[in-house]
Amino acid sequence: MNAATLPAPRVSLLRCYALEARNEFLRLLRAPSFALPTLLFPPMFYLLFAVLFNNRGGSFQANVYLLATYGVFGVMSPGLFGFGVTVALDRERGWLALKRALPMPPGAYLASKLVMAALFATIIFVILALLATTLGGVRLPAGAWLSLYAADLFGVLPFCALGLWLGSLVSGQAAPAIANLIYLPMSFLSGLWMPLSVMPAFIAKIAPLWPAWHLGRLALAAVGQAPGEAIAPHVAALAAFTLVFVALARRRLARG
Amino acid sequence: MQQARSGTAVAWRGASKRYGGIVALDGIDLEVRGGELLALLGPNGAGKSTAIALALGLLRADAGEVMLFGRAPAELEARRGCGVMLQSAGLPDSLKVRELLELTRSYYAAPRGLDDCVGMAGLDGLMDRRYGRLSGGQQRRVQFALAICGAPRLLFLDEPTTGLDLDARTMLWATIRRMVGEGCAVVLTTHYLEEAEALADRVAVLAGGRIVACGSVQQIRARVSQRRIRCVSALDAARVGAWPEVRSVCRDGERIEIVTDYAETVVRQLLFEDSGLSQLEVQRAGLADAFVEITREAA
Repeated sequence: MNAATLPAPRVSLLRCYALEARNEFLRLLRAPSFALPTLLFPPMFYLLFAVLFNNRGGSFQANVYLLATYGVFGVMSPGLFGFGVTVALDRERGWLALKRALPMPPGAYLASKLVMAALFATIIFVILALLATTLGGVRLPAGAWLSLYAADLFGVLPFCALGLWLGSLVSGQAAPAIANLIYLPMSFLSGLWMPLSVMPAFIAKIAPLWPAWHLGRLALAAVGQAPGEAIAPHVAALAAFTLVFVALARRRLARG
Repeated sequence: MQQARSGTAVAWRGASKRYGGIVALDGIDLEVRGGELLALLGPNGAGKSTAIALALGLLRADAGEVMLFGRAPAELEARRGCGVMLQSAGLPDSLKVRELLELTRSYYAAPRGLDDCVGMAGLDGLMDRRYGRLSGGQQRRVQFALAICGAPRLLFLDEPTTGLDLDARTMLWATIRRMVGEGCAVVLTTHYLEEAEALADRVAVLAGGRIVACGSVQQIRARVSQRRIRCVSALDAARVGAWPEVRSVCRDGERIEIVTDYAETVVRQLLFEDSGLSQLEVQRAGLADAFVEITREAA
Protein backbone atom coordinates (compact mmCIF):
# COMPACT_ATOMS: atom_id res chain seq x y z
CA MET A 1 0.00 0.00 0.00
CA ASN A 2 1.30 3.40 -0.90
CA ALA A 3 0.55 5.80 1.90
CA ALA A 4 1.69 8.80 -0.14
CA THR A 5 -1.30 8.58 -2.46
CA LEU A 6 -3.79 8.85 0.40
CA PRO A 7 -4.56 12.34 1.68
CA ALA A 8 -3.29 12.64 5.26
CA PRO A 9 -6.24 12.73 7.64
CA ARG A 10 -6.62 16.06 9.36
CA VAL A 11 -8.19 17.23 12.58
CA SER A 12 -11.45 19.04 11.99
CA LEU A 13 -11.32 22.04 14.32
CA LEU A 14 -14.98 22.72 13.67
CA ARG A 15 -15.84 19.25 14.96
CA CYS A 16 -13.70 19.78 18.11
CA TYR A 17 -15.43 23.07 18.85
CA ALA A 18 -18.89 21.65 18.16
CA LEU A 19 -18.40 18.61 20.40
CA GLU A 20 -16.85 20.76 23.11
CA ALA A 21 -19.87 23.05 23.04
CA ARG A 22 -22.29 20.12 23.01
CA ASN A 23 -20.62 18.55 26.05
CA GLU A 24 -20.62 21.87 27.87
CA PHE A 25 -24.31 22.30 27.11
CA LEU A 26 -25.10 18.79 28.38
CA ARG A 27 -23.12 19.42 31.56
CA LEU A 28 -25.15 22.55 32.31
CA LEU A 29 -28.42 20.90 31.34
CA ARG A 30 -27.71 18.02 33.71
CA ALA A 31 -26.85 20.37 36.57
CA PRO A 32 -30.28 21.95 37.23
CA SER A 33 -28.95 23.68 40.34
CA PHE A 34 -27.10 25.99 37.95
CA ALA A 35 -29.49 26.22 35.02
CA LEU A 36 -32.77 26.77 36.88
CA PRO A 37 -31.84 29.72 39.13
CA THR A 38 -29.89 31.32 36.31
CA LEU A 39 -32.83 31.14 33.93
CA LEU A 40 -35.67 31.73 36.40
CA PHE A 41 -34.53 34.46 38.81
CA PRO A 42 -34.45 37.42 36.40
CA PRO A 43 -37.94 36.73 34.94
CA MET A 44 -39.29 35.99 38.43
CA PHE A 45 -37.99 39.27 39.81
CA TYR A 46 -39.30 41.10 36.77
CA LEU A 47 -42.72 39.60 37.29
CA LEU A 48 -42.70 40.60 40.96
CA PHE A 49 -41.28 44.11 40.83
CA ALA A 50 -42.17 45.33 37.35
CA VAL A 51 -45.57 43.71 36.81
CA LEU A 52 -47.24 42.91 40.14
CA PHE A 53 -45.99 45.72 42.42
CA ASN A 54 -45.65 48.38 39.80
CA ASN A 55 -47.45 51.59 40.61
CA ARG A 56 -47.39 53.46 37.35
CA GLY A 57 -46.96 57.13 37.85
CA GLY A 58 -44.15 59.60 38.00
CA SER A 59 -41.26 59.56 35.61
CA PHE A 60 -39.81 56.21 36.71
CA GLN A 61 -41.06 53.53 34.37
CA ALA A 62 -40.31 50.34 36.29
CA ASN A 63 -41.54 48.08 33.50
CA VAL A 64 -38.97 49.48 31.03
CA TYR A 65 -36.19 50.21 33.53
CA LEU A 66 -36.28 46.73 35.04
CA LEU A 67 -36.50 45.07 31.62
CA ALA A 68 -33.06 46.53 30.91
CA THR A 69 -31.51 45.95 34.33
CA TYR A 70 -32.82 42.41 34.96
CA GLY A 71 -31.46 41.58 31.52
CA VAL A 72 -28.05 42.66 32.83
CA PHE A 73 -28.70 40.69 36.03
CA GLY A 74 -29.36 37.67 33.78
CA VAL A 75 -26.15 38.24 31.80
CA MET A 76 -24.01 38.22 34.92
CA SER A 77 -24.85 34.80 36.28
CA PRO A 78 -23.90 32.50 33.35
CA GLY A 79 -20.53 34.26 33.30
CA LEU A 80 -19.94 34.20 37.04
CA PHE A 81 -21.37 30.76 37.74
CA GLY A 82 -20.94 29.02 34.37
CA PHE A 83 -17.31 30.05 34.14
CA GLY A 84 -16.42 30.59 37.79
CA VAL A 85 -17.75 27.34 39.17
CA THR A 86 -16.99 24.98 36.28
CA VAL A 87 -13.45 26.28 35.74
CA ALA A 88 -12.75 25.99 39.47
CA LEU A 89 -14.07 22.40 39.48
CA ASP A 90 -12.22 21.41 36.30
CA ARG A 91 -9.01 22.86 37.64
CA GLU A 92 -9.32 21.29 41.08
CA ARG A 93 -10.21 17.83 39.81
CA GLY A 94 -7.50 17.69 37.15
CA TRP A 95 -9.81 17.69 34.11
CA LEU A 96 -8.33 20.99 32.95
CA ALA A 97 -4.78 19.61 33.23
CA LEU A 98 -5.75 16.52 31.24
CA LYS A 99 -7.39 18.64 28.54
CA ARG A 100 -4.28 20.81 28.31
CA ALA A 101 -2.10 17.73 28.04
CA LEU A 102 -4.35 16.31 25.32
CA PRO A 103 -4.14 17.88 21.86
CA MET A 104 -7.25 19.99 22.46
CA PRO A 105 -7.31 23.08 20.22
CA PRO A 106 -6.37 25.83 22.69
CA GLY A 107 -9.45 27.99 22.16
CA ALA A 108 -12.04 25.21 22.33
CA TYR A 109 -12.38 25.08 26.11
CA LEU A 110 -13.10 28.77 26.59
CA ALA A 111 -15.07 29.18 23.37
CA SER A 112 -17.52 26.45 24.39
CA LYS A 113 -18.14 28.10 27.75
CA LEU A 114 -18.48 31.52 26.13
CA VAL A 115 -21.05 30.20 23.67
CA MET A 116 -23.03 28.68 26.54
CA ALA A 117 -23.01 31.98 28.43
CA ALA A 118 -24.23 33.80 25.31
CA LEU A 119 -26.94 31.16 24.87
CA PHE A 120 -28.16 31.61 28.45
CA ALA A 121 -28.10 35.40 28.07
CA THR A 122 -30.19 35.05 24.91
CA ILE A 123 -32.76 32.78 26.56
CA ILE A 124 -33.11 35.21 29.48
CA PHE A 125 -33.44 38.13 27.06
CA VAL A 126 -36.22 36.35 25.17
CA ILE A 127 -38.16 35.40 28.33
CA LEU A 128 -37.90 38.94 29.70
CA ALA A 129 -38.95 40.43 26.36
CA LEU A 130 -42.02 38.17 26.23
CA LEU A 131 -43.01 39.07 29.81
CA ALA A 132 -42.41 42.77 29.19
CA THR A 133 -44.50 42.94 26.02
CA THR A 134 -47.36 40.74 27.23
CA LEU A 135 -47.76 41.47 30.96
CA GLY A 136 -45.56 44.55 31.39
CA GLY A 137 -47.16 46.63 28.68
CA VAL A 138 -43.77 47.63 27.26
CA ARG A 139 -43.72 48.96 23.72
CA LEU A 140 -40.36 49.65 22.15
CA PRO A 141 -39.21 50.29 18.58
CA ALA A 142 -37.39 47.39 16.91
CA GLY A 143 -34.11 49.33 17.06
CA ALA A 144 -34.32 49.55 20.85
CA TRP A 145 -34.83 45.79 21.21
CA LEU A 146 -31.83 45.18 18.97
CA SER A 147 -29.65 47.62 20.91
CA LEU A 148 -30.71 46.02 24.20
CA TYR A 149 -29.86 42.53 22.91
CA ALA A 150 -26.53 43.79 21.55
CA ALA A 151 -25.68 45.30 24.95
CA ASP A 152 -26.56 42.01 26.70
CA LEU A 153 -24.42 39.96 24.33
CA PHE A 154 -21.49 42.34 24.70
CA GLY A 155 -21.95 42.19 28.47
CA VAL A 156 -21.34 38.43 28.45
CA LEU A 157 -17.63 39.12 27.83
CA PRO A 158 -16.59 40.99 31.01
CA PHE A 159 -18.55 38.63 33.26
CA CYS A 160 -17.14 35.53 31.61
CA ALA A 161 -13.70 37.06 32.08
CA LEU A 162 -14.47 37.79 35.74
CA GLY A 163 -15.79 34.23 36.15
CA LEU A 164 -12.67 32.81 34.53
CA TRP A 165 -10.45 34.73 36.92
CA LEU A 166 -12.57 33.60 39.85
CA GLY A 167 -12.37 30.00 38.64
CA SER A 168 -8.60 30.27 38.38
CA LEU A 169 -8.34 31.44 42.00
CA VAL A 170 -10.71 29.54 44.27
CA SER A 171 -11.59 25.92 44.96
CA GLY A 172 -14.60 24.25 43.38
CA GLN A 173 -16.34 24.09 46.73
CA ALA A 174 -15.88 27.78 47.51
CA ALA A 175 -16.66 29.01 43.99
CA PRO A 176 -20.50 29.13 44.20
CA ALA A 177 -20.46 31.05 47.49
CA ILE A 178 -17.87 33.54 46.26
CA ALA A 179 -19.70 33.98 42.95
CA ASN A 180 -22.84 34.85 44.94
CA LEU A 181 -20.87 37.28 47.09
CA ILE A 182 -19.93 39.12 43.92
CA TYR A 183 -23.21 38.65 42.07
CA LEU A 184 -25.79 39.92 44.53
CA PRO A 185 -24.02 42.92 46.11
CA MET A 186 -22.72 44.10 42.73
CA SER A 187 -26.21 43.92 41.23
CA PHE A 188 -27.60 45.98 44.10
CA LEU A 189 -24.79 48.54 44.10
CA SER A 190 -25.05 48.94 40.31
CA GLY A 191 -28.70 49.90 40.46
CA LEU A 192 -29.99 46.77 38.78
CA TRP A 193 -32.80 46.26 41.33
CA MET A 194 -33.71 49.89 41.94
CA PRO A 195 -32.38 53.15 40.51
CA LEU A 196 -29.34 54.57 42.25
CA SER A 197 -31.20 57.88 42.55
CA VAL A 198 -33.23 56.44 45.45
CA MET A 199 -30.08 55.29 47.30
CA PRO A 200 -27.47 57.19 49.34
CA ALA A 201 -25.24 59.40 47.22
CA PHE A 202 -21.98 57.55 47.93
CA ILE A 203 -23.38 54.39 46.33
CA ALA A 204 -23.86 56.28 43.09
CA LYS A 205 -20.37 57.73 43.50
CA ILE A 206 -18.62 54.34 43.65
CA ALA A 207 -20.84 52.76 40.96
CA PRO A 208 -18.26 53.21 38.15
CA LEU A 209 -16.15 50.57 39.92
CA TRP A 210 -18.64 47.86 38.97
CA PRO A 211 -18.80 46.42 35.47
CA ALA A 212 -22.50 45.75 36.06
CA TRP A 213 -23.14 49.49 36.41
CA HIS A 214 -21.52 50.24 33.05
CA LEU A 215 -23.48 47.48 31.37
CA GLY A 216 -26.65 48.69 33.10
CA ARG A 217 -26.13 52.18 31.69
CA LEU A 218 -25.72 50.73 28.18
CA ALA A 219 -28.88 48.65 28.54
CA LEU A 220 -30.85 51.62 29.92
CA ALA A 221 -29.57 53.84 27.12
CA ALA A 222 -30.78 51.22 24.61
CA VAL A 223 -34.36 51.43 25.91
CA GLY A 224 -34.39 55.22 26.31
CA GLN A 225 -34.11 55.28 30.11
CA ALA A 226 -30.80 57.14 30.18
CA PRO A 227 -31.25 60.24 28.04
CA GLY A 228 -28.06 61.94 26.96
CA GLU A 229 -25.86 59.10 28.22
CA ALA A 230 -22.57 58.77 26.32
CA ILE A 231 -22.11 55.15 25.17
CA ALA A 232 -18.40 55.08 24.40
CA PRO A 233 -16.98 55.43 27.94
CA HIS A 234 -19.08 52.47 29.15
CA VAL A 235 -18.06 50.30 26.21
CA ALA A 236 -14.43 51.22 26.86
CA ALA A 237 -14.75 50.48 30.58
CA LEU A 238 -16.30 47.05 29.92
CA ALA A 239 -13.60 46.23 27.36
CA ALA A 240 -10.94 47.25 29.89
CA PHE A 241 -12.52 45.08 32.63
CA THR A 242 -12.54 42.14 30.20
CA LEU A 243 -8.88 42.56 29.29
CA VAL A 244 -7.75 42.94 32.89
CA PHE A 245 -9.69 39.89 34.14
CA VAL A 246 -8.47 37.76 31.23
CA ALA A 247 -4.88 38.86 31.86
CA LEU A 248 -5.18 38.03 35.57
CA ALA A 249 -6.70 34.63 34.79
CA ARG A 250 -4.03 33.88 32.19
CA ARG A 251 -1.33 34.60 34.70
CA ARG A 252 -2.91 32.22 37.19
CA LEU A 253 -3.44 29.47 34.63
CA ALA A 254 -0.13 29.88 32.79
CA ARG A 255 2.03 26.86 32.17
CA GLY A 256 4.52 26.96 35.05
CA MET B 1 6.17 1.00 10.13
CA GLN B 2 9.86 0.29 10.40
CA GLN B 3 10.58 3.99 10.48
CA ALA B 4 7.98 4.61 13.16
CA ARG B 5 9.61 1.93 15.28
CA SER B 6 13.08 3.37 15.16
CA GLY B 7 12.29 7.08 15.67
CA THR B 8 12.69 8.82 19.00
CA ALA B 9 9.25 9.53 20.41
CA VAL B 10 10.20 11.50 23.50
CA ALA B 11 13.53 12.74 24.83
CA TRP B 12 14.45 14.53 28.06
CA ARG B 13 17.79 16.31 27.68
CA GLY B 14 19.24 17.71 30.87
CA ALA B 15 15.70 18.55 31.96
CA SER B 16 15.45 20.31 35.31
CA LYS B 17 12.55 21.76 37.23
CA ARG B 18 12.40 23.42 40.60
CA TYR B 19 9.46 24.63 42.64
CA GLY B 20 10.65 27.52 44.75
CA GLY B 21 13.72 26.17 46.51
CA ILE B 22 12.89 22.50 45.97
CA VAL B 23 14.51 20.67 43.09
CA ALA B 24 11.89 18.34 41.63
CA LEU B 25 13.93 17.22 38.64
CA ASP B 26 17.68 17.57 38.45
CA GLY B 27 18.91 17.29 34.88
CA ILE B 28 17.54 13.98 33.63
CA ASP B 29 18.50 12.48 30.27
CA LEU B 30 16.17 9.85 28.85
CA GLU B 31 14.93 8.75 25.48
CA VAL B 32 12.10 6.45 24.46
CA ARG B 33 11.72 5.08 20.94
CA GLY B 34 8.78 3.62 19.07
CA GLY B 35 7.97 0.05 20.11
CA GLU B 36 9.65 0.51 23.48
CA LEU B 37 8.15 0.68 26.96
CA LEU B 38 10.01 2.61 29.63
CA ALA B 39 8.93 2.29 33.24
CA LEU B 40 9.72 5.25 35.49
CA LEU B 41 10.01 4.04 39.06
CA GLY B 42 10.75 5.88 42.24
CA PRO B 43 9.38 6.73 45.65
CA ASN B 44 6.77 9.47 46.02
CA GLY B 45 8.25 12.88 45.30
CA ALA B 46 11.08 11.40 43.22
CA GLY B 47 10.09 13.48 40.19
CA LYS B 48 8.12 11.00 38.07
CA SER B 49 5.03 13.15 37.65
CA THR B 50 7.15 16.25 37.05
CA ALA B 51 9.01 14.42 34.27
CA ILE B 52 5.70 13.56 32.63
CA ALA B 53 4.27 17.07 33.11
CA LEU B 54 7.32 18.50 31.32
CA ALA B 55 6.88 16.09 28.43
CA LEU B 56 3.24 17.09 28.05
CA GLY B 57 3.93 20.81 28.15
CA LEU B 58 2.01 21.24 31.41
CA LEU B 59 5.21 22.59 32.95
CA ARG B 60 8.20 24.26 31.35
CA ALA B 61 11.71 23.07 32.11
CA ASP B 62 13.94 25.57 33.96
CA ALA B 63 16.97 24.12 32.21
CA GLY B 64 17.43 21.58 29.45
CA GLU B 65 14.57 20.57 27.18
CA VAL B 66 12.01 17.91 26.42
CA MET B 67 11.12 17.03 22.84
CA LEU B 68 8.11 15.12 21.51
CA PHE B 69 8.81 13.73 18.05
CA GLY B 70 11.49 16.40 17.71
CA ARG B 71 9.12 19.25 18.58
CA ALA B 72 8.38 21.29 21.70
CA PRO B 73 5.60 19.72 23.82
CA ALA B 74 3.67 23.00 23.80
CA GLU B 75 3.05 22.51 20.05
CA LEU B 76 -0.37 21.04 19.33
CA GLU B 77 1.03 19.07 16.41
CA ALA B 78 3.51 17.33 18.71
CA ARG B 79 0.81 16.37 21.24
CA ARG B 80 -1.45 15.04 18.47
CA GLY B 81 0.80 11.98 18.46
CA CYS B 82 0.35 11.42 22.20
CA GLY B 83 -2.18 9.74 24.41
CA VAL B 84 -2.32 10.62 28.10
CA MET B 85 -3.59 9.10 31.30
CA LEU B 86 -2.83 11.25 34.34
CA GLN B 87 -2.78 10.10 37.93
CA SER B 88 -5.56 12.38 39.09
CA ALA B 89 -8.08 13.24 36.42
CA GLY B 90 -11.61 13.92 37.63
CA LEU B 91 -13.67 13.87 34.47
CA PRO B 92 -17.03 15.70 34.50
CA ASP B 93 -19.46 13.48 36.43
CA SER B 94 -22.52 14.40 34.42
CA LEU B 95 -21.14 13.39 31.01
CA LYS B 96 -21.66 9.94 29.55
CA VAL B 97 -18.70 7.77 28.61
CA ARG B 98 -19.66 7.99 24.93
CA GLU B 99 -19.70 11.80 25.04
CA LEU B 100 -16.27 11.95 26.66
CA LEU B 101 -14.83 9.53 24.11
CA GLU B 102 -16.36 11.33 21.13
CA LEU B 103 -14.89 14.63 22.24
CA THR B 104 -11.41 13.25 22.92
CA ARG B 105 -11.36 11.36 19.61
CA SER B 106 -12.11 14.60 17.78
CA TYR B 107 -8.72 16.00 18.89
CA TYR B 108 -6.90 13.42 16.74
CA ALA B 109 -6.50 13.14 12.98
CA ALA B 110 -7.01 9.38 12.69
CA PRO B 111 -8.58 8.11 15.92
CA ARG B 112 -9.54 4.53 16.70
CA GLY B 113 -13.12 3.49 16.09
CA LEU B 114 -15.44 3.64 19.10
CA ASP B 115 -15.90 -0.13 19.11
CA ASP B 116 -12.13 -0.58 19.15
CA CYS B 117 -11.83 1.68 22.18
CA VAL B 118 -14.58 -0.25 23.97
CA GLY B 119 -12.84 -3.53 23.33
CA MET B 120 -9.33 -2.40 24.19
CA ALA B 121 -10.28 -0.68 27.45
CA GLY B 122 -13.04 -3.06 28.56
CA LEU B 123 -15.93 -0.60 28.43
CA ASP B 124 -18.66 -3.06 27.39
CA GLY B 125 -22.02 -1.81 28.57
CA LEU B 126 -20.61 1.40 30.03
CA MET B 127 -20.87 3.72 27.04
CA ASP B 128 -24.23 5.23 27.98
CA ARG B 129 -23.56 5.51 31.69
CA ARG B 130 -22.63 8.80 33.32
CA TYR B 131 -19.02 9.01 34.41
CA GLY B 132 -19.93 9.99 37.97
CA ARG B 133 -22.00 6.83 38.45
CA LEU B 134 -19.15 4.44 37.59
CA SER B 135 -17.01 2.60 40.12
CA GLY B 136 -13.43 3.72 40.66
CA GLY B 137 -12.08 0.88 38.53
CA GLN B 138 -14.53 1.62 35.72
CA GLN B 139 -13.54 5.30 35.80
CA ARG B 140 -9.90 4.31 35.46
CA ARG B 141 -10.80 2.22 32.39
CA VAL B 142 -12.59 5.21 30.85
CA GLN B 143 -9.46 7.31 31.43
CA PHE B 144 -7.41 4.60 29.76
CA ALA B 145 -9.81 4.59 26.81
CA LEU B 146 -9.35 8.37 26.44
CA ALA B 147 -5.58 7.82 26.42
CA ILE B 148 -5.63 5.29 23.58
CA CYS B 149 -8.60 6.56 21.53
CA GLY B 150 -6.41 8.75 19.32
CA ALA B 151 -4.30 5.78 18.16
CA PRO B 152 -1.25 7.57 19.59
CA ARG B 153 2.37 6.78 18.66
CA LEU B 154 3.39 7.70 22.20
CA LEU B 155 1.45 6.91 25.33
CA PHE B 156 1.96 8.41 28.81
CA LEU B 157 0.47 6.32 31.58
CA ASP B 158 0.79 7.74 35.10
CA GLU B 159 -0.12 4.97 37.58
CA PRO B 160 -2.59 3.41 35.14
CA THR B 161 -3.71 0.39 37.13
CA THR B 162 -4.12 1.91 40.59
CA GLY B 163 -7.54 0.84 41.85
CA LEU B 164 -8.10 -1.84 39.22
CA ASP B 165 -9.06 -5.42 39.98
CA LEU B 166 -6.90 -8.26 38.73
CA ASP B 167 -8.95 -8.99 35.59
CA ALA B 168 -9.01 -5.38 34.49
CA ARG B 169 -5.29 -5.07 35.11
CA THR B 170 -4.54 -8.15 33.04
CA MET B 171 -6.65 -6.78 30.20
CA LEU B 172 -4.93 -3.40 30.33
CA TRP B 173 -1.54 -5.08 30.27
CA ALA B 174 -2.56 -7.05 27.17
CA THR B 175 -3.68 -3.86 25.44
CA ILE B 176 -0.47 -2.05 26.37
CA ARG B 177 1.64 -4.97 25.08
CA ARG B 178 -0.32 -5.02 21.84
CA MET B 179 0.22 -1.30 21.31
CA VAL B 180 3.94 -1.60 21.99
CA GLY B 181 4.01 -4.49 19.51
CA GLU B 182 2.44 -2.20 16.93
CA GLY B 183 5.25 0.33 17.37
CA CYS B 184 3.79 2.62 20.03
CA ALA B 185 6.23 4.10 22.56
CA VAL B 186 5.02 3.96 26.16
CA VAL B 187 6.16 5.83 29.26
CA LEU B 188 4.71 4.25 32.38
CA THR B 189 4.96 5.20 36.02
CA THR B 190 3.80 2.68 38.55
CA HIS B 191 3.91 1.72 42.18
CA TYR B 192 3.45 -1.92 41.27
CA LEU B 193 6.87 -3.30 40.53
CA GLU B 194 5.41 -6.49 39.10
CA GLU B 195 3.79 -4.24 36.52
CA ALA B 196 7.16 -2.87 35.45
CA GLU B 197 8.56 -6.39 35.51
CA ALA B 198 5.75 -7.68 33.29
CA LEU B 199 5.75 -4.85 30.75
CA ALA B 200 8.92 -2.84 30.66
CA ASP B 201 11.78 -3.13 28.17
CA ARG B 202 13.66 -0.57 30.19
CA VAL B 203 13.40 0.75 33.70
CA ALA B 204 14.63 4.10 34.98
CA VAL B 205 14.73 4.55 38.72
CA LEU B 206 14.31 8.14 39.92
CA ALA B 207 15.25 9.36 43.37
CA GLY B 208 15.49 12.96 44.46
CA GLY B 209 14.96 14.16 40.91
CA ARG B 210 17.89 12.18 39.48
CA ILE B 211 18.09 8.94 37.55
CA VAL B 212 19.91 6.60 39.89
CA ALA B 213 19.62 3.48 37.74
CA CYS B 214 18.58 2.81 34.17
CA GLY B 215 18.58 -0.39 32.16
CA SER B 216 16.63 -3.53 31.36
CA VAL B 217 14.74 -5.28 34.15
CA GLN B 218 17.51 -7.93 34.15
CA GLN B 219 20.23 -5.33 34.43
CA ILE B 220 18.49 -3.56 37.28
CA ARG B 221 17.96 -6.83 39.10
CA ALA B 222 21.59 -7.80 38.54
CA ARG B 223 22.69 -4.64 40.32
CA VAL B 224 21.61 -6.36 43.46
CA SER B 225 23.50 -9.54 44.16
CA GLN B 226 21.38 -10.76 47.02
CA ARG B 227 19.27 -13.91 46.80
CA ARG B 228 16.65 -15.51 49.00
CA ILE B 229 16.95 -19.07 50.32
CA ARG B 230 13.88 -20.80 51.72
CA CYS B 231 13.75 -24.26 53.24
CA VAL B 232 12.23 -26.41 55.95
CA SER B 233 14.91 -26.88 58.55
CA ALA B 234 15.30 -27.45 62.27
CA LEU B 235 18.37 -25.19 62.48
CA ASP B 236 18.32 -22.36 64.99
CA ALA B 237 17.64 -19.11 63.12
CA ALA B 238 19.84 -17.06 65.43
CA ARG B 239 22.75 -19.39 64.80
CA VAL B 240 22.32 -19.18 61.02
CA GLY B 241 22.09 -15.42 61.34
CA ALA B 242 25.54 -15.38 62.88
CA TRP B 243 27.16 -16.82 59.71
CA PRO B 244 29.24 -14.08 58.06
CA GLU B 245 27.65 -14.48 54.58
CA VAL B 246 24.08 -14.12 55.86
CA ARG B 247 22.39 -10.72 55.70
CA SER B 248 19.21 -11.65 57.51
CA VAL B 249 17.19 -14.66 58.63
CA CYS B 250 13.64 -15.08 59.69
CA ARG B 251 11.69 -18.12 60.80
CA ASP B 252 8.10 -18.71 59.77
CA GLY B 253 6.84 -21.89 61.45
CA GLU B 254 9.05 -24.75 60.37
CA ARG B 255 10.47 -22.74 57.45
CA ILE B 256 13.35 -20.34 57.51
CA GLU B 257 14.11 -17.64 54.99
CA ILE B 258 17.65 -16.35 54.51
CA VAL B 259 18.83 -13.34 52.51
CA THR B 260 22.43 -13.50 51.33
CA ASP B 261 24.86 -12.35 48.66
CA TYR B 262 26.58 -15.79 48.63
CA ALA B 263 23.81 -18.31 48.12
CA GLU B 264 26.07 -21.24 47.12
CA THR B 265 28.22 -20.98 50.24
CA VAL B 266 25.21 -20.68 52.51
CA VAL B 267 23.37 -23.61 50.89
CA ARG B 268 26.47 -25.82 51.22
CA GLN B 269 26.69 -24.96 54.91
CA LEU B 270 22.95 -25.51 55.45
CA LEU B 271 23.03 -28.98 53.89
CA PHE B 272 26.14 -29.83 55.86
CA GLU B 273 24.61 -28.87 59.19
CA ASP B 274 21.08 -30.19 58.71
CA SER B 275 20.73 -33.52 56.94
CA GLY B 276 16.96 -33.36 57.43
CA LEU B 277 16.64 -30.13 55.44
CA SER B 278 13.88 -30.20 52.74
CA GLN B 279 12.01 -28.10 50.21
CA LEU B 280 15.04 -26.00 49.35
CA GLU B 281 14.41 -22.96 47.12
CA VAL B 282 16.85 -20.31 45.97
CA GLN B 283 15.44 -17.15 44.40
CA ARG B 284 17.10 -14.18 42.78
CA ALA B 285 16.24 -10.71 43.96
CA GLY B 286 13.10 -9.42 42.33
CA LEU B 287 12.76 -5.92 40.95
CA ALA B 288 11.17 -4.96 44.26
CA ASP B 289 14.29 -5.95 46.23
CA ALA B 290 16.52 -4.21 43.74
CA PHE B 291 14.38 -1.11 43.86
CA VAL B 292 14.51 -0.90 47.65
CA GLU B 293 18.28 -1.40 47.53
CA ILE B 294 18.92 1.17 44.80
CA THR B 295 16.78 3.90 46.30
CA ARG B 296 18.35 3.28 49.73
CA GLU B 297 21.82 3.67 48.24
CA ALA B 298 20.73 6.89 46.53
CA ALA B 299 19.24 8.39 49.66
